[in-house]
Amino acid sequence: MNLTLKVWRQAGPSDRGRLVTYEAKHVSPDMSFLEMLDVVNEDLIARGEDPIAFDSDCREGICGACSCMIDGVPHGPDRGTTTCQLHMRHFKDGDTITIEPWRARAFPVLKDLVVDRSAFDRIIQAGGFISVNTGGAPDANLIPVPKPDADKAFDAAACIGCGACVAACKNASAMLFVSAKVAHLGYLPQGQSERDARVRNLVMAMDAQGFGACTNTYDCEAACPKEIPADFISRMNRDYRSALLKGDA
Amino acid sequence: MRWLWQGLTTSVGTKFLMALTGMFLFLFTVAHMVGNLQVFAGPDQLNAYAAGLKKLGPLLWVMRLGLLATFVAHILCAFSLVKRNEEARPVQYAVKRPIAATYASRTMIMSGLIVLAFVVYHLAHFTLGWTHGDHFALRDAQGRHDVYRMVVLGFQSPFVALSYVVAMVFLGLHLSHGAASLFQSMGWNRKKYSCFFAGAARGLAMLVVLGNLAMPLSILFRLVGQEVTP
Repeated sequence: MNLTLKVWRQAGPSDRGRLVTYEAKHVSPDMSFLEMLDVVNEDLIARGEDPIAFDSDCREGICGACSCMIDGVPHGPDRGTTTCQLHMRHFKDGDTITIEPWRARAFPVLKDLVVDRSAFDRIIQAGGFISVNTGGAPDANLIPVPKPDADKAFDAAACIGCGACVAACKNASAMLFVSAKVAHLGYLPQGQSERDARVRNLVMAMDAQGFGACTNTYDCEAACPKEIPADFISRMNRDYRSALLKGDA
Repeated sequence: MRWLWQGLTTSVGTKFLMALTGMFLFLFTVAHMVGNLQVFAGPDQLNAYAAGLKKLGPLLWVMRLGLLATFVAHILCAFSLVKRNEEARPVQYAVKRPIAATYASRTMIMSGLIVLAFVVYHLAHFTLGWTHGDHFALRDAQGRHDVYRMVVLGFQSPFVALSYVVAMVFLGLHLSHGAASLFQSMGWNRKKYSCFFAGAARGLAMLVVLGNLAMPLSILFRLVGQEVTP
């Protein structure tokens, strides 16, 4: 297949950046999207040009590093997949593909398609954990967890923190990410003692990082490569409401 | 009270206010429509209903001021959220394709502003009598404010009727998203009844729009009030 790529090129955080058109020739339908970019980059290097910078790590859809806006959809047109697992067979010969970085104030562009997602780390630092004084390892299954709760917690824990929810949201809101973190610990007995403080701290940290609010359009759950449901956002709102009304002032 | 202010000014807290004020305003549109549908029951019924509302005296003013406060709060929250959301994405995408977002959900501020402009006109028309002072001054045989003739004469004008029809389309768009969305914002939504909430909310929103459209259209096409002439 031969493709035309319009790729966002930006030399650094302070550069204005622009879309540059490249021809991708002899692309195999079996290549992943990132492998296609690798081939384009080899051509660029051979011509003495700066290769397109993009994030990638595991290339098997579990690390959350890859982050491309492909034709206006995070991780491209295939549902429930990351960019590294998107294969070129989902495109047609002669297609023009626009590739952009995530756009959010909280995710500044570092170079080309690479954005700084450490805003997510700062949210986690505000409450995405449980505090346990470590001692001897407890026996396995010492704390009974109902199976449906364990399943729900695991659904939420499937979040890989890629930021597709923020990228897809018209408000660059991080609600789906934060709600997954709230739910993943909130469904488990170990998460109960800090449950109220956690949701308050996570929401405040999310706001402080400059993410937007939720309009309930549900583009986030549609874009999520791990298919985390927006139901968790309602659950977070419920937890926040209860935390707000409970306790001492 | 600091805890309450802090809690309600976060992104999630502001949406609580948005949802609660929106729910109140939505219920008002339902009640407003049911009251006004009495135009189909004839002049005496509608004028008696209007006179009954006026007789509430101080209670009417409590209701009016409460409604105004709710309306203003809803708008202030909307502006605060829009500002937050616009600041969250300073650089736009060259290409952005909505995946699941409905047209109504993406255009709430536009439909909201159109409804706001309509409400101002609607109050000037029927509540304050600024746009059609001669219709507003009419009295019926018992000396009551002749709401029936005021409404009929107003909607006999194609421009007036059409502006109401257009406004109702945008109100319907606004309510079809807002009425379902408020359950999610308040955290009342759960997967097992999300389709019920969304269906019921959209159904009720559709009912409000159809009920409100029935009045200007039936008068414009002389199905109702054909006996009234200026």
